[in-house]
Amino acid sequence: MVELSGSQALMRALEKEGVDTVFGMPGGANLPMYDELTRTNIRHILVRHEQSAAHMADGYGRIKRKAGVCFATSGPGATNLVTGIGTAYMDSAPVVAVTGQVPRAMIGKDAFQECDIIGICSSITKYCFQPRSVAEVPEMVKKGFYIAESGRPGPVLIDIPKDVQQEVADVTFPEIIRVRGYSPHVDPDIEQVGKAVELLLNAERPMIMAGGGVHISGAFHELQALAELLMIPVVTTFKGKGAFPENHPLALGPIGMHGHEEANKLILEADVLLAIGARFSDRSVGKFDEFGQKMKIIHIDIDPAEIGKNKSVDAPVVGDVKASLRALVKMLTKRIAKKHGESTWIKHIKEVRDAVHSNFKDHPREITARKSLMKLRELLPPESIVTTEVGQCQMWTSLFFDIIQPGTFFSSTGLGTMGFGFPASIGAKAAKPDVHVVDIAGDGSFNMTENSLAVSVLDNLPVIVFLMNNFSLGMVAQWQRLFYDRRYIGIDLKNVPDYVKLAESYGAQGIRAQSMDELDKAIRVALKSDVATVIDIHIDPEEDVFPFVAPGTGLKDMITAA
Amino acid sequence: MVWNIISALVENKPGVLFRVSNMFRARNFNIESLSVGPTEQSDLSRITVTIDSDEHVAEQLVKQLRKLIDVVDVTQLATDNTVYRELALLKLKAVDPTSKMEIINLANVFRGKVVDVSKSSVMVEITGTPDKIDAFRRLVEHYGVVQLARTGVSALPRGVVYE
Repeated sequence: MVELSGSQALMRALEKEGVDTVFGMPGGANLPMYDELTRTNIRHILVRHEQSAAHMADGYGRIKRKAGVCFATSGPGATNLVTGIGTAYMDSAPVVAVTGQVPRAMIGKDAFQECDIIGICSSITKYCFQPRSVAEVPEMVKKGFYIAESGRPGPVLIDIPKDVQQEVADVTFPEIIRVRGYSPHVDPDIEQVGKAVELLLNAERPMIMAGGGVHISGAFHELQALAELLMIPVVTTFKGKGAFPENHPLALGPIGMHGHEEANKLILEADVLLAIGARFSDRSVGKFDEFGQKMKIIHIDIDPAEIGKNKSVDAPVVGDVKASLRALVKMLTKRIAKKHGESTWIKHIKEVRDAVHSNFKDHPREITARKSLMKLRELLPPESIVTTEVGQCQMWTSLFFDIIQPGTFFSSTGLGTMGFGFPASIGAKAAKPDVHVVDIAGDGSFNMTENSLAVSVLDNLPVIVFLMNNFSLGMVAQWQRLFYDRRYIGIDLKNVPDYVKLAESYGAQGIRAQSMDELDKAIRVALKSDVATVIDIHIDPEEDVFPFVAPGTGLKDMITAA
Repeated sequence: MVWNIISALVENKPGVLFRVSNMFRARNFNIESLSVGPTEQSDLSRITVTIDSDEHVAEQLVKQLRKLIDVVDVTQLATDNTVYRELALLKLKAVDPTSKMEIINLANVFRGKVVDVSKSSVMVEITGTPDKIDAFRRLVEHYGVVQLARTGVSALPRGVVYE
């Protein structure tokens, strides 16, 4: 037992969890913990808006595969985190958010900068803690990290009243904790695995749908082993993008609203679908009732509540993706030898893919989103980390930017948070400083958190903002063009600000690219640069994203051109 | 549509009822009744929920409840092997002695108790399944129900359960 203040207990507990970086902003109600932060070796990264702190912690957490940490003060500091916490929740990203709260006696009195952040965050966190005494702090922090990182990861909020931060008391740091109502199913049930094996062995047209769970579990080798063993083609959800090398002969790319045409077509022809760490979101499968009526579905997920939530399945396997895939492969190898040669199904897959590719018509302009992204792919080393903003830029990335090395891509796929990519890329850079990190952006999204340029420059976290600038909220414009008879409203951003000058004003580098030649040069300069670089690529505001599965329709209703 | 009784053991601490009810709202579960109270273990409370829904919805509700960290155990109770009861207090309009006598007699038939009588009203306490309470209410409705309070269902499975 040692005598510590609540803030000291917090810092020691964070250090015990191996925390080396905190993204945040101080304010009235978290000053005691910030004061204590000065006496640790933890790196503090000062943000310019708390939303970005949460996104940075999220990006950091996804790349490190352990919880990223963000700090904010009470009231507005805490509410500014909400979008970031919600983003992490929807994408099952491990984040621990620590907020200051007004002193215990003031709670519920509508004190200055008071807000019920636990009430607000209850439905977008895995759990929330509010220590009411110093003694509770170490255990709550340990439980918080355990909950955030284990099972299906997610954000945890720890809301600490200011006087608890200041009070001194005897505390102990538990080595072992038990959370009675929480025990993630890691190892799959062998009978469930057996049923899945039978379905796979009897399949004529099997298909794998790899979701975000493959990333979270780090099951890239296991996924590839299974696909190659049975020669099963692999589609991914958008969150699963990059779970399987997209240049692999069995890769069909993401399905969904803006999925690859061949993936959307071929998944509907499968007779057995193996969904891995995926949640059958409307964005991926379209209308729930229409999707996969004729196919048998095997569903691997660590969260039992995902089984049957959106889609009833024939063979559920509840467990960690990596453990479950290992069990599947082990059981399968006992039953069959590795498949060689091409089945009629694989031949058919190749024919469909070739037909789609040969029919593709690019936008006529010299510099387009597709050509820009292909150029980036050509020049960017495969181990680089890529994230995106939200909107057309994100969907073009899904379509035209292949992830070659698994685990190097993430995006705000669930909540679809504009402004996510740039701060998240800074968080990823903090987690893995030795690789290039690129935020594929649009102007609308980048506007939302562009003040993180200050962080990128001052904290020496240089990332590349690959800004496909169409001077508008392009995705909204596309919907207005397609569904609202070109009655445009609220989409024109008028090329303000000047992104080159904006970057320069923060001490970053800004390069404009109005042709493919300029873009080629700009990417090469950015890759050699030791400061953040914004590449301002001017594309046509009327370049649309296709294919498109309109909301509320099924994958079979996919529109492939305007 | 099936009537389901779902019983959850939850941590007995502040904020838990909020988390549970907030999940119902956030995930669009339209529950019929909810009751909460202490159990044989001082650190656990029991929340009993009834819901009239498709079986698939009830199953999801159970899974989503289990997912909450503060929820320790969840059981979907089979109505044919469960004792379930609700308590209702009905304040009925009864000005003349005849009405009062009639209400007292009806309450006796339903094994209810008269717990308060005033110049113009009679209050009946009745315990039973929700159906029984509904039946009694229909029977006395024409006297005029001045106020009604129901507790929601409490339930336990029959026999001994070893955990």
